[in-house]
Amino acid sequence: MTGRPAPSGPARARRPFLTRAWAVLAVPIVVTFLSLLLGAVIILASELIVTGRKFDPMLWFTAYSALLQGAYGGGDAIIQTLVYTTPLVLGGLAVAFGFKAGLFNIGAQGQFLVGALGAVVVGVALADAPAPLAIVAATVAGIVAGGLWGFIPGFLKAVSGAHEVVSTIMLNYVAVQLLAALVSGPLKVPKSPSPVTYDVGNAAFPIFLGDTGHIGIILAILAAVLVWWLLFRTTWGFEIRSVGANPDAARYAGMRPKLLTVATMTFSGGLAGLAGTSVLLGVSHSMTSSFGTTVGFDSIAVALLARSNPLGVLPAALLFGSMRAGAGLMQINAGIPVELVDVLQATILLFLVASPVLRRVLRLRGVQAGITESGQTTALGVKPAD
Amino acid sequence: MTDETGPSLAPALEMRGITKRYPGVVANDGINLQVRPGEIHALLGENGAGKTTLMNVLYGLATPDEGEILLDGKVVTISGPADAIARGINMVHQHFMLVPVLTVAENILLGDETMANRIFLDRREARRRIIELGRRFGFEIDPDAKVGSLSVGWQQRVEILKALYRNARILVLDEPTAVLTPQETDEIFGVLRRLAGEGHSIVFISHKLYEVLEIADRITVIRRGRVVGERLPNATDEEDLATLMVGREVQLTVDRGESHPAEVVLQVTGLEVRDDRGQAAVKGVDLDVRAGEIFGIAGVAGNGQDELVEAIVGLRKSTAGRISLAGQDVTGHSPRAMNEDAVAFVPADRHRFGLILSFPLADNLVLTSYYRSPYARGIVRDPKAILRDAAVAIERYDIRTPSATVRVSTLSGGNQQKAVVAREFDRDLKLLVLDQPTRGLDVGSIEFIHRQVIAKRDAGAAVLLVSAELDEVLEMSDRIGVMYGGKIVAVLDGRTADKNEVGLLMATGGEERSAATAAVTA
Repeated sequence: MTGRPAPSGPARARRPFLTRAWAVLAVPIVVTFLSLLLGAVIILASELIVTGRKFDPMLWFTAYSALLQGAYGGGDAIIQTLVYTTPLVLGGLAVAFGFKAGLFNIGAQGQFLVGALGAVVVGVALADAPAPLAIVAATVAGIVAGGLWGFIPGFLKAVSGAHEVVSTIMLNYVAVQLLAALVSGPLKVPKSPSPVTYDVGNAAFPIFLGDTGHIGIILAILAAVLVWWLLFRTTWGFEIRSVGANPDAARYAGMRPKLLTVATMTFSGGLAGLAGTSVLLGVSHSMTSSFGTTVGFDSIAVALLARSNPLGVLPAALLFGSMRAGAGLMQINAGIPVELVDVLQATILLFLVASPVLRRVLRLRGVQAGITESGQTTALGVKPAD
Repeated sequence: MTDETGPSLAPALEMRGITKRYPGVVANDGINLQVRPGEIHALLGENGAGKTTLMNVLYGLATPDEGEILLDGKVVTISGPADAIARGINMVHQHFMLVPVLTVAENILLGDETMANRIFLDRREARRRIIELGRRFGFEIDPDAKVGSLSVGWQQRVEILKALYRNARILVLDEPTAVLTPQETDEIFGVLRRLAGEGHSIVFISHKLYEVLEIADRITVIRRGRVVGERLPNATDEEDLATLMVGREVQLTVDRGESHPAEVVLQVTGLEVRDDRGQAAVKGVDLDVRAGEIFGIAGVAGNGQDELVEAIVGLRKSTAGRISLAGQDVTGHSPRAMNEDAVAFVPADRHRFGLILSFPLADNLVLTSYYRSPYARGIVRDPKAILRDAAVAIERYDIRTPSATVRVSTLSGGNQQKAVVAREFDRDLKLLVLDQPTRGLDVGSIEFIHRQVIAKRDAGAAVLLVSAELDEVLEMSDRIGVMYGGKIVAVLDGRTADKNEVGLLMATGGEERSAATAAVTA
């Protein structure tokens, strides 16, 4: 006996394009808007708390327009935004790919760091080699190193059932310490006052846009298309999505969930490793012991906002990348600290977790299964209510 | 609690013009239902006909869009299950709502609203009332027995006691016999008659025709959310009810024809398998199934049948014994190897194993063959080929769906099972393993699936059929093995097997003790 009869399908199948697009995009758009609204309230509230300042009811507008101008005010700004966006795309893909297989890879940060570490080791070694060779070798090293860091939790899960959330969090700490030890130890430039590695020289990504637009931007877009193709057009992607949606049925169908878990985590780690590589070879060119932003963690937010769709990762990463890129000007023009961007990002996440409620308010039904299928809400311990 | 109310007085429960709409469907369309005091009223209908929705309305779980509910002639609004219970309406669900590690008494006290504001439980009083209630309705129950140690039939009695303990006047039983042996069913029917005799009103939800004819005082048949007829059991028969229920004439008994068994295809010797908790579930099973015959396994659910078939198809490792297919040893082969050896498997739990509910129908139709030509070239899938063959399967297996790309979760249970059958049957098979192939399906779908199974047998496949529905095993099988306690305790000829004999073997394993005592002392 079923709870209630299923809604009839034809109406759903024949919905016009705009309705369908709205069904997919409504939640991310509304969530972003609500976060900006809440951010404005926080800006105004902060004025009341911070004394010695004249109350300006339009300060939020000044802040947001500075944010926008910082991200899109001119060619250089736009290129800088793309540079900020690139690792978020790759990291977002890593997390989204895991979600599709029902795995919550919180370890993107660790894989990001270890990937960058792999790239710097090989990059420094080949700093004087011909550029194409040095670039390819250093990039592959970054992917492999990140992949290895993803393989470990995948393997542990397959053989002992160790939950990937726990093991990847732990491996994040290991990665931070490993990086610090290597950069202030064997990789350190001798006699340098601060722990820093040599420059990667010829292994650096070539610049093709303005002063800072490196080829990592193109790699990220290609990666998004590749991941989409893998997931939705290949048997391997079908197996991964099957395991994510229903591991028992996957086993019944002759797939090997354990092997797929290992493969997925390795691939996901490789993508996160490429994210780290893109920052190292494209931006910093050397590594200090404080290398590593919060890219790995921001990637989780990106994947969630993209609803685990590899192509959705592109706009989601662009949103967060824009905020990061514009935050500096916001601080200068409006006196609002760059940390507001963290607040916005956090509220976006919170609203996403509450999206079942939003969905009901927006009277959206059709895309619910998509959310569960991607595993993102279950990963956060919240099942969409029907 | 009960007046000397004759059946002619005001109905204990009346539902008038109940309409409940869900997006895209009208689940209940102006349903009228009258249940008199002391009456056993059967609600008969196929799955998805709207029985459960109607009862959810009664239980306060769904708000009707139109219509009203009257108790003893007075209009009431039922705000939720707690309110329903307070008004004397109780429901015994198909899946029992019991905590196995607690005792009978604890389960009965659990969630009792009269206990809500107290800190200490009056266990002694509770035990006394439970024993007394049990006696009144003809069974001795030990209030201190752990529920998990009781047989399914006794657990059901605990559910009924729970309702009586809360002074239920109207008792709704949702498919109560689905999990019982024939003997247990008879015993529960005895309990229900006594309840009715004391003035309780009983709504008996079922899709089993003969049961309804046996137990009910009146029968209301619903189809597609509407009442299509009301019958008295002595003025109708199974054919009449089936026609009402399905909306067309159906063939109730399968004409399975003569079987022509040939060589042994599946041979199992000394097989031992453990369940998920590591306990021995299959304890030395020997059986063989020949090409062109249906070997049915009868047994109460949980006697090792699931573990046996899972071991045969490669989903579960065996700890001892041998499985061979057409003379080849296939013990320990993977599900994919078995599949490629022309073994098909329809699992008992189609939501857990058989389908990926969030995937489109077309993807589910290739769930076991997605990696093969023509559905993939190398690792690249071919959506065109997948959709083309899906269209053929939808046509051939009469899967009612708006398209091949809708999520399979939106299909009805019968159509979901047809999708599994389409995927598994649509090729030449050596061995067909069916575990509860028609569980929870409507008459029309059952008829369809049974015909397909017989067609496969006649095409030379060996068929192993496991079912907790004894009637299905009796109807379909050329030979019947009875499984009890992890062993096959008897093998009978399908044409001459007697229902009561098989039922007794299912309940006792053929040992010299009665079913009832075995259950109580457990």
